[in-house]
Amino acid sequence: MAIQKHWWKAVGVLLVIYSIYAGLMNDVPRLPILNETIRNLFFHVTMWFTMIMMMLVSFITAIMHLSTGKTSLDKLSFVFAEAGMLFSILGLLTGMLWAKYTWGDYFPPDPKLQGTVITMLIYAAYFVLRGSLNKPDQKGRISAIYNIFAFILMIVFIGILPRLTSSLHPGNGGNPGFNQYDMDSSLRAIFYPAVVGWILIGIWISNIRWRMEELKERKIESEEEVLHEIHD
Amino acid sequence: MKYTISLLALLLSFAGMAQEVEMADTMRAEGKIYVVVGVILIIFIGLIVYLMRLDKKLSKMENEGQK
Repeated sequence: MAIQKHWWKAVGVLLVIYSIYAGLMNDVPRLPILNETIRNLFFHVTMWFTMIMMMLVSFITAIMHLSTGKTSLDKLSFVFAEAGMLFSILGLLTGMLWAKYTWGDYFPPDPKLQGTVITMLIYAAYFVLRGSLNKPDQKGRISAIYNIFAFILMIVFIGILPRLTSSLHPGNGGNPGFNQYDMDSSLRAIFYPAVVGWILIGIWISNIRWRMEELKERKIESEEEVLHEIHD
Repeated sequence: MKYTISLLALLLSFAGMAQEVEMADTMRAEGKIYVVVGVILIIFIGLIVYLMRLDKKLSKMENEGQK
């Protein structure tokens, strides 16, 4: 029973362990300026891929909440946005460190960086908005609608706008994708397993947070029942 | 003089022996990168163990709530 329920968590952990080992030990292309920091691809870039996946799940569950009205879907949407935020903070911090040693500045004027920060602020507003609403029904619906809006803006700010202008990040400024010219198959063999591993860990974290939220609601409900009994 | 030479010879032989002795040198090879890999893996696995315990505790709380 336990193995059937938890195997995917182990898969995620093993994939990330593999990516840490292979990502530090395997040979990587020798490129000027980047030097060994090319290995950050396995750690920094995976944070962003994971964040986008978390936000995608949050977006889909927000739509599902709107169409079904189930409160557990609203909670799922919220906890996945939270996990996405966690990964985006990690991605931003690691990216700042990397930028300092390759582009010479912690925060170079780059459209992708600016787009990312705007996205993070948009999602920060999501949490503020959600926290300010009290009626459960209203809370779910308004935050779901805002979530859809936030996700679409994220795609515009991270996926579309940086491609239209010149950017320090590879794959932007008219280039179709970063894997076309700077990812060789040896990098991909570590990068994609790492992405899958981190996504599974992100789902795991969200799952724990979701169960916490469900438990909290059940506790409030039982307390209300007790109050009603006292009144009766 | 003789003593110094013999002492030196003794020291050299010790030095020679030291090189032959099998040691756990893998951890020091290639600029000690293995050590860094080890440290990162310890931190990562530590966090995962914490997450596992959190998961278990939560399951317990869920079971208690259903009773």
